[in-house]
Amino acid sequence: MLCDECGKVKATVHLTEIINDQITKLNLCEVCAKQKGSDVEQHFGIADLLAALSDVESEPPAQGGVPASKNKCAQCGLTYEDFKKVGRLGCGECYTAFRASLVPLLKRIHGSNQHLGKSPSPSSIKELKLSTKIHEELEAAKQDLLKAVKKEEFEEAAALRDKIKFLEKKIREAKV
Amino acid sequence: MKVDHLLRQTCEWLRGTGPNSDIVMSSRVRLARNLEKMPFSHWATKKQEKETLENLEGAVLEADLMRGSLCTRMSELDDIDKQFLLERHLISREHVVHPEFKSVVIGDKEVVNIMINEEDHLRVQVMQSGFNLQEGWRIANRVDDSLHKKIKFAFHPDWGYLTACPTNTGTGLRASVMLHLPSLVMTKQINRVLQAITKLGMTARGLYGEGTEAEGNFFQISNQITLGSAEEDIIDNLERIIRQVIGHEENARKTIMKQSREMLLDKICRSNGTLKSAHVMSTKEMMGLLSMVRLGVDMGLITDIDRRAVNELFILTQPAHLQKIEGRVLNSQQRDAKRANLIRRRLEGR
Repeated sequence: MLCDECGKVKATVHLTEIINDQITKLNLCEVCAKQKGSDVEQHFGIADLLAALSDVESEPPAQGGVPASKNKCAQCGLTYEDFKKVGRLGCGECYTAFRASLVPLLKRIHGSNQHLGKSPSPSSIKELKLSTKIHEELEAAKQDLLKAVKKEEFEEAAALRDKIKFLEKKIREAKV
Repeated sequence: MKVDHLLRQTCEWLRGTGPNSDIVMSSRVRLARNLEKMPFSHWATKKQEKETLENLEGAVLEADLMRGSLCTRMSELDDIDKQFLLERHLISREHVVHPEFKSVVIGDKEVVNIMINEEDHLRVQVMQSGFNLQEGWRIANRVDDSLHKKIKFAFHPDWGYLTACPTNTGTGLRASVMLHLPSLVMTKQINRVLQAITKLGMTARGLYGEGTEAEGNFFQISNQITLGSAEEDIIDNLERIIRQVIGHEENARKTIMKQSREMLLDKICRSNGTLKSAHVMSTKEMMGLLSMVRLGVDMGLITDIDRRAVNELFILTQPAHLQKIEGRVLNSQQRDAKRANLIRRRLEGR
């Protein structure tokens, strides 16, 4: 088979491209394939790279036995699977929802997972820290509740239910 | 059309002034910001996108340095106008391809411009001519400070500003410098330099950003890492590396002058001659020739043309710019003729 581009040299590289559901097959010689290389690279997007990076870390199962990939962000509904497909998160809250998988990913990308730069004004930072803490506490309590129910520890579950109610009320009141 | 007046002004980054402007064309600083509690643009419903757009257009137009700016919705522009803004580096390709619920706000002299509903809700971009990242950051920070007074941004104490793509998380800062490196290309040192830059956590790209060729010997170098360092440190780091690259290009220029002065003069003067007499000129051919003329001007070998005129030609001769100058749609053949004509007139100082 000869190269589709130059028609002179034997094709050694076989390329399948899918653009808008249209499949095109290209048979190229090494020289033409190299020239076409830059086009090909562009189709290999950031989503693939991020997916590869996040797969390197063994995915820690979320507390309560649900695999992290099935986790859903409570605010926007994006799943970790969605993120791996598109390479973009759904909203700011996703960072907390997928914390377990995102922290190692951020570390891999940036070599750090601790922000050191500019912040919103000090008063709003304080508010934020409080807000983040409450949200994280709430998330943990919900997971613990699931575990307690599973183990049929109903006294523990009742206490957790009250804690969740209290935290939710606090969030509503403070609108944080 | 709304954007027509831009055609009559020289954008800040083409002025050809500022530190090291013989090698550095321009410096750019951009910040990515998102609204708290609102899904990022790609994940938002149409209703949410519309709400974000309307809220942010108002807030942006009231921000410091942005009052009286030109605000235009992408969906209201025709294809040539969109391409025109892209060629001027005022919008991204994403803004051209998916124009729904997107706006761009363009400040005075095109120094600050803000894209709304790009990958992130806000992309604040500051352009400066020459090697001037510090000033770019100072201006971007000022606009950002004033936006903070009106808007609650998505932020986490550990991870900083939260962005749609985790590669921008933290400072949301991308600083980049456009370098003209013809001598490193001619002496075949460029790949070594670019490889070293990549190893140091920086990225190198062509004139029109991601995935574009380094036409006209222009290279855009920017920071890759946005989390874990303060903005000033990110910029300082990039500056140190750029200074090294500038030094290498200066040395390469000196070496060529010393070892093959005649060859260099020949290359530069032939390029100048072709540009001054050609009647048909493709963008690709022009980029190579104009790069040589710019080198001639920067090295003092051509004295009857100024740097700003050369810089402007790089942009005025792009397809959408030519069509706007002519006021009509031109096919590729017509454009090549118009391009040659424009270059001849400009280089002859007419």
